[in-house]
Amino acid sequence: MKRVLLFLPLLVALVLGVLLFSGIGKDPTKLDSALVGKTMPEFALEDLHRPEVQVSQQVFQGEPSLLNVWGTWCPSCRDEHADLMWLAKNEGVPIVGLNYKDQRTEAKAWLERLGDPYSTSVYDPKGSLGFDLGVYGAPETFVIGADGTVLHRHVGVVNKQVWEETLRPLLNQAGGQY
Amino acid sequence: MAVFRLFSRCAPACLAALMIVLALPTQAVVRDVYSFDTDEKQQRYQTMIAELRCPKCQNQNIADSNSPISEDMRDEVYRMMTSGSSDVEIMDSLVGRFGEFIRYKPLVEKRTLLLWATPAISVLGGLLIVGGIVLRSRRNNQTDSELSAEERARVEKIMDGHSGKSDPKA
Repeated sequence: MKRVLLFLPLLVALVLGVLLFSGIGKDPTKLDSALVGKTMPEFALEDLHRPEVQVSQQVFQGEPSLLNVWGTWCPSCRDEHADLMWLAKNEGVPIVGLNYKDQRTEAKAWLERLGDPYSTSVYDPKGSLGFDLGVYGAPETFVIGADGTVLHRHVGVVNKQVWEETLRPLLNQAGGQY
Repeated sequence: MAVFRLFSRCAPACLAALMIVLALPTQAVVRDVYSFDTDEKQQRYQTMIAELRCPKCQNQNIADSNSPISEDMRDEVYRMMTSGSSDVEIMDSLVGRFGEFIRYKPLVEKRTLLLWATPAISVLGGLLIVGGIVLRSRRNNQTDSELSAEERARVEKIMDGHSGKSDPKA
């Protein structure tokens, strides 16, 4: 009995080691979205380019798409913009842009200068849709199914690696062909 | 000279006035003071925002954090509270958007069971260890005092040997 007890510290160390090791490399700032598996929240917001046009959650119906949350105040959004352009042009992915807590004139100037990768741009100056989506910092990119279900949320910059490893497989699983 | 004397006499007052004037802009910095009609509501609001975690600045609650998302969350708590929602409703609506992560007091469920049980487990473990040590030392005390006849004879022999001869070489 005593001899078995001698191994107790080793056992504790092993269990703790495995537990803590599994946490290494995980980014604590990347949170799972509470919306995954739920349908897109309802919204009625102006189109960025045409204030008279109202956009609703219907925009996601029909085919799987990406929803990219961005703002001109966000440096990382500038960083990922070229990759979004590439995604829209070369891969033909429909990307809905959510212009989050921004100024319309500045946002339009940004898209004119750097190119517009978005099939539709939603203007959300107060961040109401962003709040319903649980957005806590741009850029964030959601994968939305053809029926408007939220499939995945990616926090941070989208680049070719994220596209290949995460977004493309998810879109294809949802019935897309990319 | 008279001017100087006048100045030196009113200097403390002038200084105080200057400090009050300088302090005014800092009062304007205090943001979003929410007003409630009852103290009880105010208290509820304070407790609520202290128990909600900011998703952006992860080790702060939304009461302490001044990140834009925390401001939005405080606004929503205030809006829902003044429109008559209960604490549970407010909590559920925010968790539905931002996830279980924002609860500083997680629900008791399968996933969080170990978390909730850890304090009890550690206390119980500690008690077991202390109890074990106490029991063992008590048992040792009892057995130590009881020497067999043979052991007693050996002890006496050793003691005799030491007290009888003072030759260290022996």
